[in-house]
Amino acid sequence: MTKEKNFSKEHLLFIKKNKKHTLFIWIMRFAVLVFTLGLWELLAQLEIIDSFISSSPSRICKTLGSLFVENNLIYHMGITLYETILGFLIAVGLGYVIALILWWSETTRRILEPYVVVLNSLPKIALGPIIIVWCGSGSKAIIFMATLIGIIVAIITMLNGFLETDKNKILLLKSMGANKIQILTKLVIPGSLPTFISMLKISVGLAWVGSIMGEYLVSRAGLGYLIVYGGQVFKLDLVMSATVVLCVLATLMYSVVALIEKIAIKHR
Amino acid sequence: MEKLLEFRNVFLTYQTLTDEIKAIEKLSFNVCDGEFLSIIGPSGCGKTTILSLIAGLIKPSSGKIIIDGKVEHDLELGYMLQKDQLFAWRTIEKNIYLPLEIKGIDTKENKEYALYLLEKYGLIDFRKNYPDQLSGGMRQRVALIRTLVFKPKILLLDEPFSALDAQTRLSVCDDVYKIIKAEKKTAILVTHDISEAISMSDKIIVLTNRPAQVKSIYRPNIKGDSPIRKRESKDFGLFFEKIWKELV
Repeated sequence: MTKEKNFSKEHLLFIKKNKKHTLFIWIMRFAVLVFTLGLWELLAQLEIIDSFISSSPSRICKTLGSLFVENNLIYHMGITLYETILGFLIAVGLGYVIALILWWSETTRRILEPYVVVLNSLPKIALGPIIIVWCGSGSKAIIFMATLIGIIVAIITMLNGFLETDKNKILLLKSMGANKIQILTKLVIPGSLPTFISMLKISVGLAWVGSIMGEYLVSRAGLGYLIVYGGQVFKLDLVMSATVVLCVLATLMYSVVALIEKIAIKHR
Repeated sequence: MEKLLEFRNVFLTYQTLTDEIKAIEKLSFNVCDGEFLSIIGPSGCGKTTILSLIAGLIKPSSGKIIIDGKVEHDLELGYMLQKDQLFAWRTIEKNIYLPLEIKGIDTKENKEYALYLLEKYGLIDFRKNYPDQLSGGMRQRVALIRTLVFKPKILLLDEPFSALDAQTRLSVCDDVYKIIKAEKKTAILVTHDISEAISMSDKIIVLTNRPAQVKSIYRPNIKGDSPIRKRESKDFGLFFEKIWKELV
């Protein structure tokens, strides 16, 4: 921090301006939120909009409070989180291993290519009934759905990352007498770390799609279940509350991945 | 001087789905122990292929490559490529340990030798830094040290300076030359830069268009103890003109 003393006036001014601008951005972000919620609440209070259909921030808060007190919220959150995280981990882990196998053997890759293309284009939700018949209507089916939606993209992203490894670096390692396992562990895996991180980011989003969609289809608990149930019995307060919780959880999970990225990638 | 490497009537033919490409035909030459050989030729004539053959990464279609008197030799060869090819996620120190790890000889002694080389060539202060914190010239020197850590008998240099800007290029070329001479290595440099070849080599082989054959051999006996000095010599220009005419 001793360096700061040497900064010129212009530079300090520049920094100050920059800080001011960042502060402004943050204030405006907050203002957008407050304004939207305020307007929503106001329109509901003045009964310009029907809060039975559109709910309102105060009603959402009340619902969240009662959900929490009745100890249901934590339970539903836990169920959904469990399904999402497990689906995410299986999709990422299994996807990574399959991508490794496909990188390793060009023959396998060429044989399986059309199947990967078909599975990628297929809307996985179409497999819902099959999944229910196979896995029943519990968490198992939902985890299966979350995995299924995430895994194909995980495989394709990772495989491309592995295949993009610099040919000259492979040549260099070969000239040192490296075998395929060494090329994999010393170069391909560490070199594809940025791809791995972006794959994690995509997969987090897809895991949520999978678990909520799964809960729409079969579940008896979870945030997706609350949303569907709320919609069916016309309790929009419940639908909105669950959605808010979902927003928070999904953002938190994404932030964790973003944090991992910050730690893992320093010199690229 | 004793012959360290010999190409004896080497042919190489590539197969592609649409064509059969004769890359090298009837190629014969030799390199003596401690010699600095440059190979120049028109672009795409198969210069890099020759290095891959020497490194054993590809096998000749026919003919023999004899190293240290044997076809199945056990000499260590160091390969240096166009760009430094340092691994961005490894520190400088870890980068130069890489060949030791690959060969399974990352002993304390060998690591100390690697650090000794870093120290000798003025890079020891950067051992904990990452490649992106070093200049292009420094990175290229690290790349050379990485090829030296396992004490190879022959160095294969594939246009190692082509990614550098003109100014850096001259000084790195000078550094690399001095390091190679100080470590008493036999070196084979592939380049399309005539002046680089003249200023560094004991012997220059000019290749023909594909399929590559030896067109002519030069021994630029230019006075001067470093490439930059050699460039100042009068003979330098004469050689340049002769070789240049042959490539056109």
